[in-house]
Amino acid sequence: MASNHTIVTEPHILFGKLTLDSIPYHDPILVTTFIVVLIGSLGIVGSVIYFGKLKYLWDEWITSVDHKKIGIMYIITALIMMLRGFSDALLMRSQQAIAVADSSGAGYLPPEHYDQIFTAHGVIMIFFVAMPFIVGLMNIVVPLQIGARDVAFPFLNSLSFWLFVVGALMLNISLFLGEFAATGWLAYPPLSGLEYSPWVGVDYWLWALQISGIGTLLTGVNFVVTILRMRAPGMKLMQMPVFTWTSLCANVLIVAAFPILTVSLTLLTLDRYIGTHFFTGDMGGNQMMYVNLIWAWGHPEVYILILPAFGIFSEVTATFSRKRLFGYTALIWATACIMLLSFVVWLHHFFTMGAGASVNAFFGIATMIISIPTGVKLFNWLFTMYRGQVEYSSPMWWTVAFFLTFAIGGATGVMLAIPAANFVLHNSLFLVAHFHNVIIGGALFGYFAGFTYWFPKATGFMLDEKLGKWACSLWTVGFFLAFMPLYVLGFMGMTRRLNYYDNPVWNAWLIVAACGALIVLCGILVQLYQIFASIRDQRKNRDHSGDPWGGRTLEWSTSSPPPFYNFAHLPQVRDRDHWHDMKENGLAWQRPEAYQRIHMPRNTWAGVVISGFAMMMGFAMVWHIWWMAALGTAGMIASWIIHAFLNDKDYYVEADEVQAIEDQRYRRLEAADDRVEEADVVTISV
Amino acid sequence: MKKTLTRGCLRLGIASLMLLLSGCNFWLFDPKGPIAEEQMWLIIICALVMLIVVVPVTIMGVVFPIRYAKGKRVEKYRPDWQHSNRIEAVVWTIPILIIIALGAITLVTSYTLDPRQPIESEKPTMVVQVVAMDWKWLFIYPEEGIATVNEMALPVGTPVEFLVTSDTVMNSFFIPQLGTQIYAMSGMENRVHLMADEPGEYRGFSANYSGFGFSGMKFTAIATNNAGFDDWVAKVKASPESLDDERLAELRKKSRDVPPMHFASVNPLLFTDIIEQYAGALNGQ
Repeated sequence: MASNHTIVTEPHILFGKLTLDSIPYHDPILVTTFIVVLIGSLGIVGSVIYFGKLKYLWDEWITSVDHKKIGIMYIITALIMMLRGFSDALLMRSQQAIAVADSSGAGYLPPEHYDQIFTAHGVIMIFFVAMPFIVGLMNIVVPLQIGARDVAFPFLNSLSFWLFVVGALMLNISLFLGEFAATGWLAYPPLSGLEYSPWVGVDYWLWALQISGIGTLLTGVNFVVTILRMRAPGMKLMQMPVFTWTSLCANVLIVAAFPILTVSLTLLTLDRYIGTHFFTGDMGGNQMMYVNLIWAWGHPEVYILILPAFGIFSEVTATFSRKRLFGYTALIWATACIMLLSFVVWLHHFFTMGAGASVNAFFGIATMIISIPTGVKLFNWLFTMYRGQVEYSSPMWWTVAFFLTFAIGGATGVMLAIPAANFVLHNSLFLVAHFHNVIIGGALFGYFAGFTYWFPKATGFMLDEKLGKWACSLWTVGFFLAFMPLYVLGFMGMTRRLNYYDNPVWNAWLIVAACGALIVLCGILVQLYQIFASIRDQRKNRDHSGDPWGGRTLEWSTSSPPPFYNFAHLPQVRDRDHWHDMKENGLAWQRPEAYQRIHMPRNTWAGVVISGFAMMMGFAMVWHIWWMAALGTAGMIASWIIHAFLNDKDYYVEADEVQAIEDQRYRRLEAADDRVEEADVVTISV
Repeated sequence: MKKTLTRGCLRLGIASLMLLLSGCNFWLFDPKGPIAEEQMWLIIICALVMLIVVVPVTIMGVVFPIRYAKGKRVEKYRPDWQHSNRIEAVVWTIPILIIIALGAITLVTSYTLDPRQPIESEKPTMVVQVVAMDWKWLFIYPEEGIATVNEMALPVGTPVEFLVTSDTVMNSFFIPQLGTQIYAMSGMENRVHLMADEPGEYRGFSANYSGFGFSGMKFTAIATNNAGFDDWVAKVKASPESLDDERLAELRKKSRDVPPMHFASVNPLLFTDIIEQYAGALNGQ
């Protein structure tokens, strides 16, 4: 923890600022956590080696450029990080539930620790849970939905993933070596400047975000190109599945917004490392510039997270209502409107900074305008269910949970958008409740819906439906209990990020909120058990048809999991719900007469090696170990150049190999058909 | 009988809601000044208007999946129905109308409740200078020549112009029951006009996280009548302490949960000095 560290001003030539003192061995919580993590990791590595799976892991996963495998790895990382981010949430909720006192020292977490926790919670949940979760889903689904064999730049995709992993690793290292930023998740200067945060916490924040942010930017480029250039023949833009459309918009936002993050972080890095004054308090530095820049990225980021979730709800609602999506065109236009408008609303994050009335009014009204297309989307989903045959599968449960929660979040968002009202609601727990309302109720529930919906596609077997519904119920109840009290507390005037408070009236509400968090914990435990149980019973839950839900879009035309080349023949698309159309016209599961060889990218070591050097560079920069930073940078550049000169990047899967794989699939399909006829049941009746 | 019962219940409900809201626990619904009061009504009106969308969406979100559950109303099932100009018109029009209404409110209130907008009153506006420090609030009364820490007073019915800056990182100056908060930033002067209608002691604090001592960065705003205010000024003036360079240097050190302090005299240019140390000659001005 910060206060316990001596600040090393003269870095050692070999170890930089790193000293024995950097290890928080005096903190029993951290030492215990560290031992558990250490034993866990050693256990995993040990068993991988013991079972001789190291080569398998390296060949099939770590060096893989297969978008489906990269997607799975993204989601696994997101789930692991969610456990860490949620532990932070539990710590905060329990601290606030007990910390009624007249002066600091209340509760069990001193501010030096608590402030790192709320910073880490925000950073982890946005950058290392929500982002990888949705990027993972896009990775698995988008190429399948557009009938492509991989993304446009498979190597970049692998590099993106490993750069993101480096960011996540650095954030976790900060727990055991040094400390993390205690600045709030967006690290406003001057607080995040060298003068007020002389420790390494902000540096960890900077490099973890910078490195993973570059990865995200590359993902954005990759997916924009993939969606625009690699659609199956015949698929017009207005025939793309809605999830692909929303992903396209989200990735356009990434490409447009993430450079702003990169630049803001770079300028702050320069302030901290070489003494420039972009954002410092004096010498002409301007802290307001940072706040503007970070939110010029930050607001589009919110839509990067939620637009794809809207796409998921569209797919899920249409599939389980057994109907075409209502108002496809309106939905696409609404998405495009949101995408554009998200760039002209950033100032609503700081109406209280003192801009003039006209500026505030402009940004307030622009923000409200966004709620129009968003509201339209809600109605479109509702009218998709109207006159349908709604099937209560667990993805649909998450969608209904979304209907129940999201409208409230949207309404409070509009309230916050009125500058004059914002002047008293800003930074209050009302705000905290609002954004959790939209990010949990909107984005996260969408991701869980998508996770359940596409799980069989990625793995070949279904998630346990019953447990999924339990998880959804617990999450929803827990969410209401945890966040409705925060709205109330906002009206009571409680501000965010308090380590203790002297108003006993708040206490009861915070205890309710803590109980809500415990119920969410139960939801998460059920989800973990659901994944475990589904893997255990995978034979029983196997999806033989490749289309377990009666899907409408192209990804369901492949087997589950799809072969590494996705499609033996690229489909000729002629309808929005192309797979549904094929099934209707009896064209589905038709066996082609002959196969052709398929051009595929080769796996590459470059992504993980370059990222390894990036990790070396980032870690060394945090601790001012200059020789190592130089080595890391050189290694990155060198390995990239070497990779660039290697010619063996692609190969052909010969027609007979394709035929063998496809033959196997059709045998499985036939076997499954027989079984279905014998048992006379539909795969997913609940 | 049934009707009176429902009516009785409704009245009881409204009464208890009012009681709940008017209790001093809900600072935002217990305004003690004109600005906060307008903001309260703004929040209530906006919340009610939003219910026009929230309620039907939530009801439809529950009713539609139940009504059109698998196996129900099969005769109404229309798998290929995907467009209706009438529905589209309605679902676009309603949000647009609501946003036009709320947009108009936004536009007007952005000007009327602009923090820099002076409050109209027969009494002249009083100026209080506010400095955010690590981790306490310094109040300077230029006209009275006094300064206080973590305690301030204002006469009821007199508009007050708070000039707000920071001698450290970004903070936000906020007294919820009086209304509008404003950021305190080093090298800059922000302004907010507030007024108290009722005597009382109101909590003020920083609403923008500013470091480890942030939670204790709170102060009391004492609203009293004119006589009470004069007494308070006299009490501060009677303090043996004055805010000289030595005491200022002490104040600038980081400290947490600082009890109120009174200073009988203060350098009249202190506020400007604090701003200019960040934005002065070094900026090439």
